[in-house]
Amino acid sequence: MSTINYSEKIPNNVNLGEDRTLQRALEGWQPNFIHWWDDVGPDNSTNYEVYLRTAVSVDPQGWAQFGHVKMRDYRWGIFLNPGDANREIHFGDHKGEKAWQDIPGEHRANLRRIIVTQGDTEPASVEQQRHLGLTAPSMYDMRNLFQINVEEGRHLWAMVYLLHKHFGRDGREEAEALLQRQSGDVDNPRILGAFNEKTPDWLAFFMFTYFTDRDGKFQLSALAESAFDPLARTTKFMLTEEAHHMFVGESGVSRVLARTAAVMNELKTDDAQKVRAAGAIDLGTVQRYLNFHYSVTIDLFGADQSSNAATFYSSGLKGRYEEGKRTDDHVLKGQTYKVLEVHNGQLVEKDVPMLNALNEVLRDDFIKDSMAGVGRWNKVLEKAGVPTRLTVPHKAFNRQIGALAGIKMSPDGRVVSEAEWAAQKAEWLPTPEDFAFVASLMGRVVDPGKFAGWIAPPVMGINRQPVDFEYVRFG
Amino acid sequence: MDMAVDAGVIKQHLIDPEICIRCNTCEATCPVGAITHDDNNYVVRADVCNACMACISPCPTGSIDNWRTVPLVRAYSIEEQFTWEELPSELTPEQLSAAGIDASQGLPAAEPVLAASPDTAAGEAPFNSAAYGATVPPWSAARAFANLYGPKNATTATVVGNFNCTEAGFENQTHHIVLDFGSMPFPVLEGQSIGIIPPGVDAAGKPHHARQYSVASPRNGERPGYNNLSLTVKRVTQDHQGKPVRGVASNYVCDLKVGDKVQVIGPFGVSFLMPNHPRSHIVMICTGTGSAPMRAMTEWRRRLRKTGKFEGGKLMLFFGARTQQELPYFGPLQSLPKDFIDINFAFSRAPGQPKHYVQDRMRERAADLALLLKDPHSHFYVCGLKSMEEGVVLALRDVATEAGLDWDTIGANLKLEGRLHLETY
Repeated sequence: MSTINYSEKIPNNVNLGEDRTLQRALEGWQPNFIHWWDDVGPDNSTNYEVYLRTAVSVDPQGWAQFGHVKMRDYRWGIFLNPGDANREIHFGDHKGEKAWQDIPGEHRANLRRIIVTQGDTEPASVEQQRHLGLTAPSMYDMRNLFQINVEEGRHLWAMVYLLHKHFGRDGREEAEALLQRQSGDVDNPRILGAFNEKTPDWLAFFMFTYFTDRDGKFQLSALAESAFDPLARTTKFMLTEEAHHMFVGESGVSRVLARTAAVMNELKTDDAQKVRAAGAIDLGTVQRYLNFHYSVTIDLFGADQSSNAATFYSSGLKGRYEEGKRTDDHVLKGQTYKVLEVHNGQLVEKDVPMLNALNEVLRDDFIKDSMAGVGRWNKVLEKAGVPTRLTVPHKAFNRQIGALAGIKMSPDGRVVSEAEWAAQKAEWLPTPEDFAFVASLMGRVVDPGKFAGWIAPPVMGINRQPVDFEYVRFG
Repeated sequence: MDMAVDAGVIKQHLIDPEICIRCNTCEATCPVGAITHDDNNYVVRADVCNACMACISPCPTGSIDNWRTVPLVRAYSIEEQFTWEELPSELTPEQLSAAGIDASQGLPAAEPVLAASPDTAAGEAPFNSAAYGATVPPWSAARAFANLYGPKNATTATVVGNFNCTEAGFENQTHHIVLDFGSMPFPVLEGQSIGIIPPGVDAAGKPHHARQYSVASPRNGERPGYNNLSLTVKRVTQDHQGKPVRGVASNYVCDLKVGDKVQVIGPFGVSFLMPNHPRSHIVMICTGTGSAPMRAMTEWRRRLRKTGKFEGGKLMLFFGARTQQELPYFGPLQSLPKDFIDINFAFSRAPGQPKHYVQDRMRERAADLALLLKDPHSHFYVCGLKSMEEGVVLALRDVATEAGLDWDTIGANLKLEGRLHLETY
């Protein structure tokens, strides 16, 4: 077995160099991780040298070091945000007690489940995105994709560290299983539905990073409040990386819109077929992709009423988004929250105990954040003088999980019959023709500074580099 | 140097609302709490931002890296920034000069205060001294720790000394403060700074933000072997226009008694660091309390002197103040051996004497400076008021040019190799 130089190869601030037990566990796991990367990581990229950001420490100077590296040699590190020795639990039944450095026995199973579920999404998205490098619309975009891929890899390391360090043998087995499940595998799929969907093209990728990685942001934010201090500090640091993923999504869709608006203005048309014929993605298709990714993603927050959510909160395992900035009692007993239910085929609002509705609370925070970004997309259209606006579909649209799963709903919030749903579906969700059209645009553009015809160049490059910088060197 | 003249213009740090994705990374990263947000925008408080650049590389979008030259009194407030949908354009030179005259009652506008932005102005560029300042440390610098403590987890230090180090009874007081950190880790290197948070709240009821001070002691402490450091703090009694004002932090610090506890954040700075290899030369150019890092570097070399390791390395100091009485550490400096350090004082207000500025002294020493400019082991450090920076860098350029050297090459190398450091305020 190869020995690892821990400070060099695995940058960390968890004293890995002196922790023999942890070293042995990671030495067993690391070769399997590399095999996994080689097997299902970015396709055909072994010899590429990519201009990547690597975290080598958690201070502002150390956490964003840029340079060309081969992804296989990326230094996946293990980092906890700087800690506070006096940190107290600030919500739930243990409020006011000291944060836990080790896991209390009674919470072990739940915490393991939380960490495994979070950890499972990280390699899943790498698998979902593995072929996208072959159709990158530019070198700049290819680099951004690979940056996301290696950071999802690092997030897997972060979760595996917690499993190895705090869960003994069970943890090691769970860490192995994270490399064995595979996105879309019928026999051994990833845990959550959205992570078994395909990411077939770059528009889907941008929508995924905008919406689905934003689910990641909210889940990580809720875990960053956890009473289990190592989990809180790990996820806090992951959030700084997650921001880049949402940037890729938000700016990616913005650039698609900018290009489409330019074509519409050039041809003086809003006819989808003419826009398509000119090689741009019509706004209707963009809206349908948005509807799909949004609805699939809000399912990720789970059932609207959940006793697990209540348990996780009261026992201090998982807080709310920005728990520390909220001004209620942080215990929530006796408080209520409004959720939607289907009653006689119609949607009704209903007050339920807030503790049971915490999935819904987090979902609503996500929705607010998502809508703000869609507003910024609309500014791009507004600025270009295009009157069409994108909208976020109704919360009950196309839901598969929770109380709203049974209802047929139009994006604008009308309950519709099965017949109307069937008739209108093709206007609301991407059709096979939409996917085929978008796929037809996906060709590889890799000359520095050149961009595919369906997307505008970014306004600036990465790390103050010019847009036509050689972000990827092909070996 | 004239201590009363100060910048009327700042380079204000702003975030581009069209590119920003509101991810909160900058706000979470900022070591001094200068960044905040509402539902619309992320914004930077001009009076708190110290251009430490900690937020720049973590920003995923690049929207963080925007700078506008504005008159200090017209700096964009955060309330204004909250309403923006796009960045305002740069003020035209006409607007600036008009505003500059309004703002400083006839005083010409000085160079922008923050030097960190890339110069994007089109057309012919005026001499931009800041462009020569390095952002990397010398190769032989020790590894610095930075941002161990922020406003949310400040550490506590105890005052173990507070001396007025200007001549007794003289109105402009400079204090030498010694802080002890007890058992809390607070490793610093010469050239780094720390932040002190004054207790209480400001007029708006918000807690005071931290003020930054350069460390004046070497890495092993003011008192070697103890967990302590020293600062040089000038009591602020008038504002940039010369109107009487009581500086909140400087008066707080100057009035501290031995045994008092202070809230400290930092350390800050990872590039203004001294070289540590034998035969490395250090040229130090400073005014007033800008002497703090120079004292730290000088003292570290003095402590190492008996090792003999640095015999081949020269120390040269250009030190400006209005008068000898205002010069911190004048006495101790005088007693350093001449073969250890080459000291050049410049007094701009000595009675009966013509005004002398540090750049005048530098030009007088052109022959020696030219030799040092040629030598790849030479390192230049400039610290003091912003208004000195351009004059000092221009003097270096002229010394080089007159010696037949190519300043463009030398200047570029000094920056690239971390051998010219500018810290002005």
